[in-house]
Amino acid sequence: MEAQSIIKVQNLTKMFSKFTAVDNISFDVKKGEIFGLLGPNGAGKSTTLRVLSTLARPTKGTASIGGFDIVKDDTEVRKLIGIVSEKMIMYNRLTAKENLWFFGSLFNIPKDVLTKRIDELLELVELTKWKNAQVGTFSTGMRQRINVVRALLNLPQVLFLDEPTLGLDPQSSVEIREFIKKLNRENGTTVVITTHMMVDADLLCDRIAIVDHGKIVALDTSVNLKKTISGADTTIIKLEISNLDSVLVESIRALKCADSVTQEDATHLKLLVHGNEAFDNIIDAVRSKNGKIASMENLQPTLEDVFLHMTGHQVRDAADQKMPAEMNRRFGQRPQMRGR
Amino acid sequence: MGAKTMFSHTMRIAWKDLTELFRNRLGLVLLIVMPLFMMVMVGFIYPSNGSSVSNLPVGLVNEDSGFANSTVPSQTFLTMLQGINTQNSMLTLSNVASVANIKDQVQKGSLEGGIVIPSNFSESVLTGQQGTIIIVTDESNPQISAEIQGVLHTVFDEMGTVIAQQKVQMLNQTVNATNSLPIVKPYDIQTEGVVSGNPSYFDFIAPGIMAMTVMMSVMTGLPVAISQEKEIGTMDGMMVAPINRLSIILGKTLGQTARGLIQGVIILVLAVGIFGVTIHGSILLVFALLLLGVFAFVGLGIVITSFTKDQETAQMLMMTLMFPMMFLSGVFFPIQQMPWYMQDISKFLPLTYASQALRKVMVLGAGIPAISTELIVLIVFGVVMTAIAVPVFRRMMTR
Repeated sequence: MEAQSIIKVQNLTKMFSKFTAVDNISFDVKKGEIFGLLGPNGAGKSTTLRVLSTLARPTKGTASIGGFDIVKDDTEVRKLIGIVSEKMIMYNRLTAKENLWFFGSLFNIPKDVLTKRIDELLELVELTKWKNAQVGTFSTGMRQRINVVRALLNLPQVLFLDEPTLGLDPQSSVEIREFIKKLNRENGTTVVITTHMMVDADLLCDRIAIVDHGKIVALDTSVNLKKTISGADTTIIKLEISNLDSVLVESIRALKCADSVTQEDATHLKLLVHGNEAFDNIIDAVRSKNGKIASMENLQPTLEDVFLHMTGHQVRDAADQKMPAEMNRRFGQRPQMRGR
Repeated sequence: MGAKTMFSHTMRIAWKDLTELFRNRLGLVLLIVMPLFMMVMVGFIYPSNGSSVSNLPVGLVNEDSGFANSTVPSQTFLTMLQGINTQNSMLTLSNVASVANIKDQVQKGSLEGGIVIPSNFSESVLTGQQGTIIIVTDESNPQISAEIQGVLHTVFDEMGTVIAQQKVQMLNQTVNATNSLPIVKPYDIQTEGVVSGNPSYFDFIAPGIMAMTVMMSVMTGLPVAISQEKEIGTMDGMMVAPINRLSIILGKTLGQTARGLIQGVIILVLAVGIFGVTIHGSILLVFALLLLGVFAFVGLGIVITSFTKDQETAQMLMMTLMFPMMFLSGVFFPIQQMPWYMQDISKFLPLTYASQALRKVMVLGAGIPAISTELIVLIVFGVVMTAIAVPVFRRMMTR
């Protein structure tokens, strides 16, 4: 049975001067699902999120949340949503409790309800002990926890998370992921998350939209997305050649059956190949150049491979192409170089 | 959305801003130190009147070659000069060989100017002509040059009067020292100010600095505070809340106004307590004027906020606007001193009117009728700027 859509996006476009950050995208998010927007920096994920959370106006197209138009009924939309931005929405000089109290009081929550809720939320992220400490003294993990909790003050039906695990150590990342899952499971909160981390998307999301250059190139569950590779006659091979050199790489790359060739380290290559004779062709090519095959492994596709297959480039490649300066300025962001 | 909820959101935001301010220790210290510095600097560098100048090093050259073996006139002149100078010690006199030496020492900085008695001095005086005295001044320092000229003119004037009195007594034996003065100097000029007491330069600058600090805190503080919140990202937290956009700007303005008024009070306390400024007008009117000034500047602050995307630009823009404002609106120097085109510019600056009105109230003890022009200008400026600012701000918020 299909759950009803809580977010509907139709032909949404957001332009900054001449730069198109979000290019005519359409998708629905079902009530109670965790929906991921996966893509490199500058793909338009964050802009999509900002437009949906009423922080930016769309240039063209429409979107609605819970039946309310994000432009016309923005105040109603704001009552339904919570947002965890990539930047901390916390005042360093205020204590954890004061911060929550400040943001909570902007939602017209009755005093006693708000007091109780703040205590509960602090308890939930195990920060009760620190409630009277200034947020500026918190560790990164603590800050991110309180930052997530802030978005829950109005018990939102839809929670937007923009790169929630960015800059966190693996353990904190796990904690945040678990927390999001729990929230989704227990409260039925719909979650929309942007990430360029394949792990996040894979572990968290019910459905994933792969975004590149402002467009959605694929949208499905993680399993189905991977099937688009393995289901077709595409195979992923990890090849170890002990005397690997550029000549060998080029000769493999020249093969018709090789869709993409990535050199992972001094001896390892990762290949996306198609066709029944791919293995033979590769072995022939390597042997003809006197390459010594040390090992050959057939890999399960990852989301990274899906991304590569769909867009023709890797997530980190695109991340290195800086966003146009125009966009940085509009967002007041520093250009960030996040390799994986 | 009701006005009441909007008001409550506004208050929360203002309260949040002030809490942050009071947690910032260094910021608080600077809040007090900045106006203190400004008062001390400006107040002491520009002294209230010439009388405070004393012991200016001045070189003395006597080139008098005498007339008929007599150098009596120049000797008398020197005795009198030294006599008067002993009384008021305006100058520190030292004998110098020649005019060239004076110039040399002025260049080195050991002298500020010189007095030269020309070689024909005695001859002129004894043959019934005017005796010429030459004053050498250092034009590269106009302030001191004017000071020396002023001092020496006073000295020579006094000397001239004494000599003239003696001559009148010689001509007419019935005239004594007392009633010879009206003959030589028929007019005695006395100056009386409209302000009781003895106002100093501090009385002049304190109202201006107060007006400036309070208004600048809105004009500069607002764009900086807002762009800072945009930059660190906390603005988004307020923007995603279902609140009226205006309460964000109102709350921020209220916070900055409170900060400005706190600074204003600090200046007032410093001015009265340390610098001996007397407030002649109503203190309530002073604060009402400061608030009106804030109102006049809020719109301008909001417009600037809307145009600046980051804190750095906001700060640079503020500096660019602040300097001409500071100097052109008569806070430190009287507007009348400026060339006409600058005076014209100053007529368009709201700070001019705010500081002028504040000065009238604080120093002259003026009431509302006396400052009605300033009040009208400030209100009109405020209304016009707010009318421009509100739509501009709304557009910025929904980009």
